Amino acid sequence: MDLTLSDEQRLLRESADRFVSETYDADHRRRQASDPLGFSAAIWKQFADLGWLALPIPENYGGLGGGAIETGILMEAFGRGLVSEPYLSTVVIGAALISECGSEAQKQALLPGIADGSLYLAFAHSERAARFDLAKVATTASKTSDGWRLDGQKTAVLDGNAAGQIIVSARVAGDNGTPGKLCLFLMPAGMPGLASRDFPRLGGGRACNLDLRDVRLPADALLGDGSDALPAIEAVVDRAMAALGAEAVGIMQTLLDTTLEYTKMRKQFGRPLSANQVIRHRLADMAMQCDEARSMALRAALMVDAEPTARSRAASGAKAKIGKCARFVAEQSVQLHGAMGVTEELDIGSYFKRLLAFDTLFGGSAHHYRRHAALSGRSIQT
Amino acid sequence: MDLTFSSEERAFEQEVRDFIAANLTPEIKRATALTPSVFSDPDIGMAWQRALHKKGWGAPGWPVEYGGPAWTAAQRWIFEAECARAGTPNVNVMGVKMVGPVIIGFGSPEQKNFYLPRILSGEDYWCQGYSEPGSGSDLASLKTKAVRDGNDYIINGTKIWTTHAHHANRMFALVRTNDTERQQDGISFILIDMKSPGITTRPILTIGGDHEVNQVFFDDVRVPVANRVGEEGKGWTYGKYLLEFERGSGIASAKLREALKTVSDLAESDATGRAIDDPDIGLRMSEIEVDIDTLEMTELRVLSALQTGQNPGAVSSLLKLRVSEIRQAVTRLGVEVIGNDGLYVEPMRPFYKLNEQPGIPEEMLPVVPEYLNSRAYTIFGGSSEIQRDIVARMVLGL
Repeated sequence: MDLTLSDEQRLLRESADRFVSETYDADHRRRQASDPLGFSAAIWKQFADLGWLALPIPENYGGLGGGAIETGILMEAFGRGLVSEPYLSTVVIGAALISECGSEAQKQALLPGIADGSLYLAFAHSERAARFDLAKVATTASKTSDGWRLDGQKTAVLDGNAAGQIIVSARVAGDNGTPGKLCLFLMPAGMPGLASRDFPRLGGGRACNLDLRDVRLPADALLGDGSDALPAIEAVVDRAMAALGAEAVGIMQTLLDTTLEYTKMRKQFGRPLSANQVIRHRLADMAMQCDEARSMALRAALMVDAEPTARSRAASGAKAKIGKCARFVAEQSVQLHGAMGVTEELDIGSYFKRLLAFDTLFGGSAHHYRRHAALSGRSIQT
Repeated sequence: MDLTFSSEERAFEQEVRDFIAANLTPEIKRATALTPSVFSDPDIGMAWQRALHKKGWGAPGWPVEYGGPAWTAAQRWIFEAECARAGTPNVNVMGVKMVGPVIIGFGSPEQKNFYLPRILSGEDYWCQGYSEPGSGSDLASLKTKAVRDGNDYIINGTKIWTTHAHHANRMFALVRTNDTERQQDGISFILIDMKSPGITTRPILTIGGDHEVNQVFFDDVRVPVANRVGEEGKGWTYGKYLLEFERGSGIASAKLREALKTVSDLAESDATGRAIDDPDIGLRMSEIEVDIDTLEMTELRVLSALQTGQNPGAVSSLLKLRVSEIRQAVTRLGVEVIGNDGLYVEPMRPFYKLNEQPGIPEEMLPVVPEYLNSRAYTIFGGSSEIQRDIVARMVLGL
């Protein structure tokens, strides 16, 4: 039982904190908001040079073999700076799906490119009708004489606008009309039949909605051997939720620090706001919830390699709890900044929106309390 | 980082399990399960204390020279968790966890030699004389007076919310020995024999129907000056030291998990018409379980910091707030789970000595009283409002 950082982990945290605080500020975010990529390719190259892109990739594919704790350390720092580079899409999700599902040849071909920064990935999974049910996919993949044909619609594909390859989930029809299993396909950007509607994303970065109509892919576009990909998708999304939880902790801590400073400085009725007990208690609650979020992000990270039910219970528990805490901290930060909190003139709003996006991604608190209950054998509303 | 215990710690865990299996009788286990008050009655708590003492585990937190078992922080965690899982009773917390550490820290050699062995063996049963009718959260305003008369103090005043004063043969108390300008400077820490002439005890029934707390009156009670711990006027410092123990040092998540399991077992039973099938109850159970997971992780972070000699600092002061709120949430859910059976009132105490079969399943008896009594968790040991003041001051530097 040891929850302290190793020396390497401490160094990673220091370098990530330093890089983020030196690189990201409000001006930087404004510049990126108008960038068609939604982030900076030059910074991405620096991520590669720092070894961050190689961090969780296995060592035999050009990676550093790091785990969820290291990912969490980076993500927390990214949260503090509202980093919009596609670390989640490309490294946390993309590289993990390829590692989990890909054939040896696919891993050899793709993972080194992620590690050296030359390949951006996106994961096209969510569909409008599915809400947050990972198993619910209506997009179809049918076999053709020389490969695959994909049809369907995908929503909120994070960083899909920038990705060189998009990993698309689709149902492959079973024999004799049996329910199809879920498979993953590597789809290069700009394929004929693919219509992409790209938009700025709440809280920073970009995303797109995809419309696939008779998109033709070669036979080797299928990721892996074609066995059911749902268990791998669930494992990777659980991992992504742990990483997002750590990012949320960084965002929440920044909001708390900023609000604390503001309430000490802002004077009304001849004394600082923070002299009022109602404000002090609110801040105490915010601090408590920041700390609870920290505990749960760490717990989810420590459980990513547990057996699936325990892992998913930890991930859903963390997503639900951190989501609840994040909403409280975000809303109270705006509240305690008064009218200025609802303007674009302060940073508070950007952090607020990023937490709102966090809560939405992969499903909010209510969804994940339900998933936790279902995984615990408790009855849930259907 | 990892969450697993070492093989030595696993072996210790097994040793604790074996000890509990050999010593926790079905009678003590049942009596504990049927106790709806915060503390266990002495007849069950002290039976357990004697078993622990025989094994050398009578005071897990004490230094080894005073009879502590020299456990690491991880061993204490494991011990507490296993006790919670098995449903062992509370021992005399006021002795082992409160006055014991103060005597060890500030007492005279004579006091240590006399009192500490009697706490370990269970010969003495302690109560705490802090609060007064006029001094709740503002403890330093206390007025119970101790006036020097030769080698004695003469004590006059009253203490309230005194848990188990009706069972205790000793009380540790904060008394006013001087009317100093700064209230805190005139307080002394004193050990009182409850059989001293002039002490009367009035029971106070809690809304759960339990007699757990009392008001204690002192009319010209003589206490030897030798019973003062440490220096005159330094009682506030010693008392605060003790309050820290009362607040932070517990390992609460394992107990709360066990309490939730009790509610969950009831919810899965036919006796409640399988309350668990109500989706709202299932969902709330998950919410509470996640809160307990969070608390446990925070406790483990504190433990890990202690193990490596770091000061856990901010984290531990947040625990009391959450522990008390979760306790209330668990007990509230229990009331919902048992439905109409929650309307049944059994005024007799203790439940484990009832002569007749109650009108509802026995295991439901403590559910409503537990909820009612649990309202005290956010009040005693510094109310939640006071805790938030402390967090603002100590954690946020406001």
